[in-house]
Amino acid sequence: MSKQHVMLITGTGKGIGKYLAEHYAGKGFKVIGCDIKPADYTLENYHHFCLDVSDETKVKEMLATIRKTHGQLDVLINNAGIASMNHFLLTPLRTVRDVLNTNVVGTFLLCREASKLMQKNHYGRIVNFSTIAVPLKLEGEAVYVASKAAIVYLTQVLAKELGEFGITVNTIGPAPVKTDLIRSVPQEKIDNLIRRQAIHRFGEFRDVSNVIDFFIRPESDFVTGQVIYLGGLS
Amino acid sequence: MIEKERIMQVIFGAMEDVNSQLPPEQQLETSKDTILFGKSGKLDSLALVTLIVAIEEKIEEELEARVTLADERAVSQRKSPFKTVETLTDYITSLLKEESNV
Repeated sequence: MSKQHVMLITGTGKGIGKYLAEHYAGKGFKVIGCDIKPADYTLENYHHFCLDVSDETKVKEMLATIRKTHGQLDVLINNAGIASMNHFLLTPLRTVRDVLNTNVVGTFLLCREASKLMQKNHYGRIVNFSTIAVPLKLEGEAVYVASKAAIVYLTQVLAKELGEFGITVNTIGPAPVKTDLIRSVPQEKIDNLIRRQAIHRFGEFRDVSNVIDFFIRPESDFVTGQVIYLGGLS
Repeated sequence: MIEKERIMQVIFGAMEDVNSQLPPEQQLETSKDTILFGKSGKLDSLALVTLIVAIEEKIEEELEARVTLADERAVSQRKSPFKTVETLTDYITSLLKEESNV
């Protein structure tokens, strides 16, 4: 990179988010991460904020700090998310609210506040997270699937509204990756799910960063409103 | 309480920033009567969005207050607070007053 790009990644406490923080800090990005919990690691080129992505005041404060410190934001990766596996009839309303707040409200808020900063330089790359559970209409995950289906359409509308500001918005839909998010899902369910993919294996962290690498390249300025599902689903 | 005049100066500052990105025929005069929104306004929707974002940012930087200008009330008010610089000044004044009362 000719100049250091500034990247914000949500949900960097563990799993894919932590991997992405390491991956992009290693590539020379100035990475700002956030999570509901403090980070239990430190990295060169990495700064951590502890916040709930659905807390408007805290999100605005974080973006104000980024603006004052760096004067720019080039990339936003909306990785933070929670899942819930439960039969629809047995899903508590509290769970519904929590999942929608983190997955939908959080993504919306981060997109809105990040775009305000990105549009100043007429440049921005936003990558949101959906899941292959959406095209699979995966039973037992009604609320999670609904929240991640919302991300697909949010992405596609934002792509249209932000195109004129030089900001692209795309979504990645990972296949199951071995993280805490799927820890409570029975092995049999996971095996079934993987059998429905075109390529029958777990997703790896590098599969995720490979797609994000493509979306955020400066040369990808004509790629927006797209959803790439891993593992051969569509 | 932040006076109305100070808020208007903040809006003018944001207008100047946005003017620097606009072609001459779309640039706005920094006057309280300048129309920002509506049929007789010069700004297209994109420029209006840019201006609103610039004003939010200036309020934060210069008045050390955080407001979201385009909230439900602004959109649902029969007379848009974005119509002129003066109506927007009044609207921001009321938002900041509410903020200071919380």
